[in-house]
Amino acid sequence: MKPSIVKAQPADVLKDASMIKQKQMMAAHYDRLTSAPQTGEKVASTFVPGNLNELIMCFDLVNNLPEVNAIQSGLRKQSGQYIMEAERAGHSEDVCTYVKSDIGMMMKGNIGPNGKELPKPDVLLLSYTGCFTFLKWFELLREQYKCPTIFLQTPYMADGKVTPNMIQYMVKQFKETVIPTLEEVSGVKFDIDRLREYLKKSAQAEDDLVYILQTGKNKPSPIDAYFGGIYYIGPIFGAFRGTDDAIDYYKFLREEVDERLLKGLGPVTPDGPMGEEKYRLVVEGPPNYTSFRQFWKMFYEEGATVVASSYTKVGGTYDYGFRHDPDRPLESLAEYCLGVYTNRSLPMRIDMLTDYINEYEADGLLINSIKSCNSFSAGQLLIMREVEKRTGKPAAFVETDLVDPRYFSAANVKNRLESYFQMVEQKRSGKGVAA
Amino acid sequence: MKTFVGIDLGSTTTKAVMMDENEQILGRGITNSRSNYETACSVATEEAKIDARFTLFRREFGAAGELDEQVEEFLAALERSFRLEQFLEQLADLEETCVRLVRGERFEKIGDGVKAALHEVFRRLREEAPALYAPDADRKSDFFRDIAGSRYLAVAEEVGREAGISYDVLLNIYDKSIIAVENRPPSGKLNEKFKNALQRVSKEDSGAATVLGEKAEHALGIELEETYTVGTGYGRVTLPFSKEHIRSEILCHGLGAHMMYPNTRTVLDIGGQDTKGIQVNADGIVENFQMNDRCAAGTGRYLGYIADEMNMGLHELGPMAMKSKKPARINSTCTVFAGAELRDRLALGESREDILAGLHRAIILRSMSILSRSGGVADQLTFTGGVAKNNAAVRELKKLVFENYGEVQINIDPDSIYTGALGASEFARRAAHGRIEGVDA
Repeated sequence: MKPSIVKAQPADVLKDASMIKQKQMMAAHYDRLTSAPQTGEKVASTFVPGNLNELIMCFDLVNNLPEVNAIQSGLRKQSGQYIMEAERAGHSEDVCTYVKSDIGMMMKGNIGPNGKELPKPDVLLLSYTGCFTFLKWFELLREQYKCPTIFLQTPYMADGKVTPNMIQYMVKQFKETVIPTLEEVSGVKFDIDRLREYLKKSAQAEDDLVYILQTGKNKPSPIDAYFGGIYYIGPIFGAFRGTDDAIDYYKFLREEVDERLLKGLGPVTPDGPMGEEKYRLVVEGPPNYTSFRQFWKMFYEEGATVVASSYTKVGGTYDYGFRHDPDRPLESLAEYCLGVYTNRSLPMRIDMLTDYINEYEADGLLINSIKSCNSFSAGQLLIMREVEKRTGKPAAFVETDLVDPRYFSAANVKNRLESYFQMVEQKRSGKGVAA
Repeated sequence: MKTFVGIDLGSTTTKAVMMDENEQILGRGITNSRSNYETACSVATEEAKIDARFTLFRREFGAAGELDEQVEEFLAALERSFRLEQFLEQLADLEETCVRLVRGERFEKIGDGVKAALHEVFRRLREEAPALYAPDADRKSDFFRDIAGSRYLAVAEEVGREAGISYDVLLNIYDKSIIAVENRPPSGKLNEKFKNALQRVSKEDSGAATVLGEKAEHALGIELEETYTVGTGYGRVTLPFSKEHIRSEILCHGLGAHMMYPNTRTVLDIGGQDTKGIQVNADGIVENFQMNDRCAAGTGRYLGYIADEMNMGLHELGPMAMKSKKPARINSTCTVFAGAELRDRLALGESREDILAGLHRAIILRSMSILSRSGGVADQLTFTGGVAKNNAAVRELKKLVFENYGEVQINIDPDSIYTGALGASEFARRAAHGRIEGVDA
């Protein structure tokens, strides 16, 4: 067995109790995954946007998310070498770095964050929700693993609304392709009541998640909805949606956030409780994971809290009212896939960000544009200008990458961020004089 | 008197601007940025202070703008004399540092000979120093490192040969010492140096110099109090200032450009390692900005690489490009590819002039993209940063702005390199004002 690559966080990093709980949940899940060959559990690899965890659980399959693995590699400073490995194998510099991190990890023995080898998937469940790269990614994995691959096609929300036809189209795919294939792979017969049961649990946790994310409307906000938000969405975007664990976690988190809210406290950062809330921001785009803490520090050191973000909606837009519905099981899974942020058109994204700035009384919009993610980045400048125009609030643009450490220039990002904060300050003072 | 200092710690040079309470610039100072930011800041500030002294002399001599020839001559002589004074002081420091290095096993046998040679080198350097600062002398650079360096190398070779000491030994000692000397903050009192310089000038010339000298001495009595300092600078993770004394470089450039040209709405700054497009409003407040990302393509650094590749001085590139009749078509501004592109084209028989003209155009094309992403070009456009001194770049900018945005006034101040420092000094003035008035600045 390979030596463990899990590195403990430095002792001085402060974490909320909920973060510790979340970490334990993730660790337990990875252990379950890596011991699948021993326990005989079968594994389905799938994506966060359009993750059909409840359905996967109906077949006793374990959910493996290559995106999350790439994020873990990024946070653990492993992605750099994986990406180079993938580049040596012929993947170009411009390709999505999640993909390259995953491919590189595979080439280096597919060691997961717990230091053990991740299992080969028994089925690839490709739920396509707006990111074209997903198709190519699973094409590569199919080549590697030669396992059954399901292609669930979610119609793009080009016109900004879900039509009955779209839902029918997706339900048909569930019935004709997804469910039969999963039955065949797992040997478990599909039971719709079991699905209903999971969906009921999902909705319960989703209620709490929405409550937590919307506490960002308070001043000061008790949460950071981007950097802290990454932790908050972990369980529900991953392998825990529809489980009692998720219900417990969100209940626990809600109490924790409520306590801060009651005391009028801001979020907890890795360096301790946040000081005075000077700037309230809405952030668009994924974060950078290789310098996650350093990036976050650039915000909290300046007193900037992210009160709402679009990234915490890539695994579902629950704050817009959607809940998994046990009474309409397959239909609500279809609606879920249709609604995720990556499947939303540019005008829908503009509306959402504009709403957030207004409803969360933010000082402006910050876009973190990802070098290797065309899916997110295309059109972001246009989004920025339009949101600026509609809200009259200043916006700014920083450029980093998901998990490629080569594309995080701390000096460049800091320069832009500080300029932006000072710009907000000048605008807000309204004195007509720069100070 | 109260003064407000703005310091722009750039990747290539560090600039300082000193301002008085009436928003008038007293002095500007520039030095090469070293690995030691503290020293770079204190040298630049001292340079600005020296320049401020000359402004005060002019004020003392009366009617600004109406200075007669005699006064100009006197001030020029005073400046040369002052620079000589400074040079000699640093030279003495360099000598001491060099001599101190002659110790240990390596020098057991040759130590005395090396020391004697060093003393001879520095004696000659001191001897020829006044000529370097003679009225018609042509100095390639004003930085001590450059002047002392080139002369030391020449003289040391001579002396080494005469004394039978290896040139490499002398060179090695110099290399080790110059960094230490450069990184030492300026010592000695400015006023002392000014007084010595004044004495030298009046010795050379009696007549009017005596009267002016007396007035100058009086002006030296005005104390320059550094009331508030604001620092800015890109890429400095740690600036030698506390947080409330730091303003973003983008904001400083926006405000500085606004102060030079109040009708500025767009600022293009091409510096050593970044290119910025900034939109400002009628008050000089930044509305929007864009800058190059992780890649240095199309920044001043790119021209630096080209100059190195062509074995030319950076300032020679523009004039050569201006001679081109048929600019080469170059699309890539990738700094890494610059050398290859250049060699390739030379091999194909294209002229250096045409290639350089094409490269300048490529840089400006990239700036146009950054400008458009920041919101376009609005009348008036102010072009700042080191590259604004390059005529070929300016020519391409004018062309491309006209093609894309029509008639736009383009401002280029001869002191545009100080734009960021100017904005910073105004931020310093406002911050101090706010503090004095009890207003939240």
